[in-house]
Amino acid sequence: MRLEPIANPSLARTTLPPLIAIMTTVVVASLLAMLAGANPFSVLGLILKGAFGSKFAALETLNRATPLIFTGLSVAVAFRARLWNIGAEAQLYAGALITVVLGTGALPWGAGALLPTLALGAMLAGALVLLVPALLKVRFGVDEVVTTLLFNFIFLLFISMLLEGPLKDPMGMGWPKSERLIAEARLPRMAEGLRLHWGFGLAIISAALVWVIQRRTTLGYEMRAVGLNRDAARFVGIPVNGVLIKTALLSGGLAALAGFSEVAGVKGSLTLDLSPGFGYTGIIVAMLALLNPLAVVAAALFVAGIFVGADSMSRAVGVPTYLADIMLATALLLMVLAILLTRFRVVRE
Amino acid sequence: MDMLDILLSASFWAAAIRIASPLIFATLGELICERAGVLNLGIEGIMVAGAFAGWMAVYSGTGLWTGVMVAMVVGMAFGLIHSVLTVPFGLSQHVVGLGVTLLATSSTYYAYRLALPEVTSPPKITAFQPFEIPILSDIPLIGPALFAQTPMTYLAFVLVGLVSIVLYRTPLGLALRAAGENPSAVEAQGLSVTGIRMGAVIVGSGFMAMGGAFLTMSAFDSFFFEMVNGRGWICIALVVFGAWKPGKALLGAVLFAAFDALQIRVQQTPLGADIPYQIFLMTPYVLSILALIVMSRRAEVPGALMVPFNKGER
Amino acid sequence: MTGAEAAQVVLRLDRITKTFGKLVANDAVSLSLHRGEVIALLGENGAGKTTLMNILFGQYTADSGAVEVFGRALPPGNPRAALDAGVGMVHQHFTLADNMTVLENVTLGTVPLWQPRLDRGAVRAEITKLADDFRLAVDPDARVGSLTVGERQRVEILKALYREARILILDEPTAVLTPQETDDLFATLRKAVALGLSIVFISHKLHEVMDISDRVVILRHGRLVGEMATRDTDRHALATAMVGAEVSAPKVVPAAPGAALLRLGDVSTPDQGNAPGLKSVSLDLRAGQITGLAGVSGNGQAALADLIGGLCAPQSGQLDLDGANVAQWSPRTAVQSGIARIPEDRHKTGTIADFNLTENAILESYHTAPMSKHGWMNWPRAEAATQEIIARYDVRCPGPEARIRLLSGGNMQKLILGRVLEAAPRIILANQPVRGLDIGAVNYVHSQLLAARARGAAVLLISEDLDEIMALSDVIHVISEGRLSPEFARGSMAPADLGVWMAGHGFDEGMAHAS
Repeated sequence: MRLEPIANPSLARTTLPPLIAIMTTVVVASLLAMLAGANPFSVLGLILKGAFGSKFAALETLNRATPLIFTGLSVAVAFRARLWNIGAEAQLYAGALITVVLGTGALPWGAGALLPTLALGAMLAGALVLLVPALLKVRFGVDEVVTTLLFNFIFLLFISMLLEGPLKDPMGMGWPKSERLIAEARLPRMAEGLRLHWGFGLAIISAALVWVIQRRTTLGYEMRAVGLNRDAARFVGIPVNGVLIKTALLSGGLAALAGFSEVAGVKGSLTLDLSPGFGYTGIIVAMLALLNPLAVVAAALFVAGIFVGADSMSRAVGVPTYLADIMLATALLLMVLAILLTRFRVVRE
Repeated sequence: MDMLDILLSASFWAAAIRIASPLIFATLGELICERAGVLNLGIEGIMVAGAFAGWMAVYSGTGLWTGVMVAMVVGMAFGLIHSVLTVPFGLSQHVVGLGVTLLATSSTYYAYRLALPEVTSPPKITAFQPFEIPILSDIPLIGPALFAQTPMTYLAFVLVGLVSIVLYRTPLGLALRAAGENPSAVEAQGLSVTGIRMGAVIVGSGFMAMGGAFLTMSAFDSFFFEMVNGRGWICIALVVFGAWKPGKALLGAVLFAAFDALQIRVQQTPLGADIPYQIFLMTPYVLSILALIVMSRRAEVPGALMVPFNKGER
Repeated sequence: MTGAEAAQVVLRLDRITKTFGKLVANDAVSLSLHRGEVIALLGENGAGKTTLMNILFGQYTADSGAVEVFGRALPPGNPRAALDAGVGMVHQHFTLADNMTVLENVTLGTVPLWQPRLDRGAVRAEITKLADDFRLAVDPDARVGSLTVGERQRVEILKALYREARILILDEPTAVLTPQETDDLFATLRKAVALGLSIVFISHKLHEVMDISDRVVILRHGRLVGEMATRDTDRHALATAMVGAEVSAPKVVPAAPGAALLRLGDVSTPDQGNAPGLKSVSLDLRAGQITGLAGVSGNGQAALADLIGGLCAPQSGQLDLDGANVAQWSPRTAVQSGIARIPEDRHKTGTIADFNLTENAILESYHTAPMSKHGWMNWPRAEAATQEIIARYDVRCPGPEARIRLLSGGNMQKLILGRVLEAAPRIILANQPVRGLDIGAVNYVHSQLLAARARGAAVLLISEDLDEIMALSDVIHVISEGRLSPEFARGSMAPADLGVWMAGHGFDEGMAHAS
């Protein structure tokens, strides 16, 4: 077989493959739920109901989507420049770390000064964490996929060390857990009585800003050029290594905001289970969004919906919660295939 | 001198070889994939799946070697998924690989919960036992270190030799290396690039799963979540460290495992007790990164690694 | 009745049609080849020659039509079947694995994959014998990566002969060779024909076609437009048939050169892997003059182009612009110093395929006003500039918003010309500026270079096509293994004389002469 580009794809060509991919994902999930003894035809309904069926559910989905928007943006920015940042998990924890270091009383400021400081501090920390693999890449040509992956493990151990050492909460009854943030360091809710914190607002603003950077600034133009064709970029004089470093700083900073937002908006302290893999899931979000920063918001809502909905469905019918992860993995693999098939036709020869 | 005592003890080297064994399987698997031109980031998840599948098979009553075969077949199934998406369709090997890792990991955990809904701690199986090879195991130092291992370790070493021979001495290996260097050359000689690459990924994935199975069936006797714990990523670093050559990769794995065994020993000394244990746990990952830095720009990367091949295009 | 007509038909293509989307690459092309015959398949770039041969070789499947080899139908889309039937193809872009030996490349795919091992001794003997028989000297145990271009081509031919090919297809085989290597190749081909092989020789070089072929088949826009015995035709008739109209290349009017705008003094640059760097090269590029750089590919052209293009700095020696030594040197400073750079590879370095025309047109100017200010892009301004280039350089395209990958090679090159020539550069680095273009586009590019020369620009023309170099250049240098020959005035050297230099001879004497 051979792939042949389609010059002017029809509407059916561009819409059908992704639809089929989503439907197949649902079918796979239903069959797996059946294995666990559930009624396969109830699965889709229960997921939708669990994710968006009530105000509580919808808000839960939005809250769940917030860190995913940040990590999704982080990955989208990096992948756009073909910097394979698989280390958003470590950068997220770096952001969370700075938030608890500075937000537990070290800076006795009001919220108006403290929160922006924490956010910027977190971004800086995340940026530094990705800077190391980025420098190894441009200096020594070390593949950043492996280094960022390995950094996730190293950094989590580092956090664990701090939580059992200098950052340990004396009142934590022996749990590896940091002290709680002071009230001024907590992100307020977006509206009175609404269980949605300002981290979500910050995520939306970030998505818009990233879009502006990519489309309207020279840096964004350079990032896209470096990602699409590094040789051509170098030939025309774009400082490729510099652009990769800037990309890494931005990407790391965005991932770190997820950590800041989770600690300051939701948890209030740092533990080792702060992120159930938000960094890795960010890759799925970014890929489903075709690396478009605005679409990242939609993709994050979709992914969060699957998590929240599948959680609730699993509880309702008694299937293991790992079904959500299976659905996401399936959706990711089928979706990248589907997107290819919107632009290429398969020719047998 | 403490350190010297450790380094000269047979038990230390026996441990190192034991720690190296799963890495050898998986590194070989990754090496086969990359030599054919495909980066397989599914390795981490495939090791998880292999660890569970082999163990579960034995727990359900099959023999140990059948369990190894089951693990291998499960790994090959994930390899098939990976190869279909990355070879004929030429999708991003990064994205597909991570997707396969996620798919393999989550479906393993799902299957574990389905199979053992009630248990709080996983049941144990009767794992492979060390087998002392007559005569050879009586050699001082080397004997107990090398020749009193479990059969799977011996298999790992045999596979290294076998893969070397196939890669460098047979027409099949020649075609596989050519597919990773210049697929056009393979196509122009009437061979199927798609077939060779898919085959390599599938077989390589089978090896990765055996590496996972070693953990549950030879190193330990039970399955835990997180038990692979980044070993797959370390193996990718080992392939680079081994310059895409089986022999060097073996050496790298053993060297790496020796450091790992050493840190475990040092942890238990009075000096080690003062250092947070996380520092020791970090060493394998830090070592992998250092290995990558040392080897950067020295090794000869397969020319067409990560370059998809579309028929008739050049 | 002549001998050729009486001989057995070994290959027959019957009404082959192949379309890619809307493009008809081959339109009912029929062709037959006889035993011991050399057919030249002549046509411009894009006329459908390579597509036709890829169909024959099974790399593409025809929409309709049939291929018959030795009287038997060839199953479509199966290179293996073509090989087994005795068809051997020497691709324009070599299909060799660089990290393997000649022997390994030759034997690849010739024995069953599951065979436990290979009898290297026997294979080595066989290759040596073939090499002797066909005058294709090459060391079976050499790594392909260390071979010269000419040697690699011999390996390609050996691959086909080793598989006992009876029909050889050579796609533009002389494009990368020196005149002497071309002569050697032709000697090999004549030998092969004498031994009963049949040959399809794809080319657009008329004198070679006249030299080697028995019969010429001409393709134009995918159609077979002419077929004639070589002895009944001449170059002029072939050229007209190939292009479909009288062709007139742009005229070169002699002119007096001006001052040296760019000067290299004893410049050396480091080697890049297999590609040699420059070895004490001295060169003047003068205003109003086209300097041609001839040479076999991979002999330091890339190093010289990188140096002048700002991609690398001299390791030793002097680089002077307008008599002043250049200290800081980068692609951007090169562009700002008034150097226009037409890159060797439009697709790999000249353009970004998934960028639109506007984004491609501003690749070298986006960081300066008016395209951007304080880091903010001015897209309306960029698009207006692109519109201007499209109009002035006659770029045929759906509009500035179209992705550049949709454009033909000629239009892509016109956009690049527009990008680099708009600023009225004083120095032009034209690296393989017409490779792969059809004659219309070739003439367009050449006329632009001549126009720039007329207004006083210094042009460096790098090409592997000696005909192009000799037609356009006021002075010629030859480069070999990073060394530069003395300057030869226009018309002072015959192709064969230049070929001696291209093969690496004469440099020591030349150096002595120059110093």
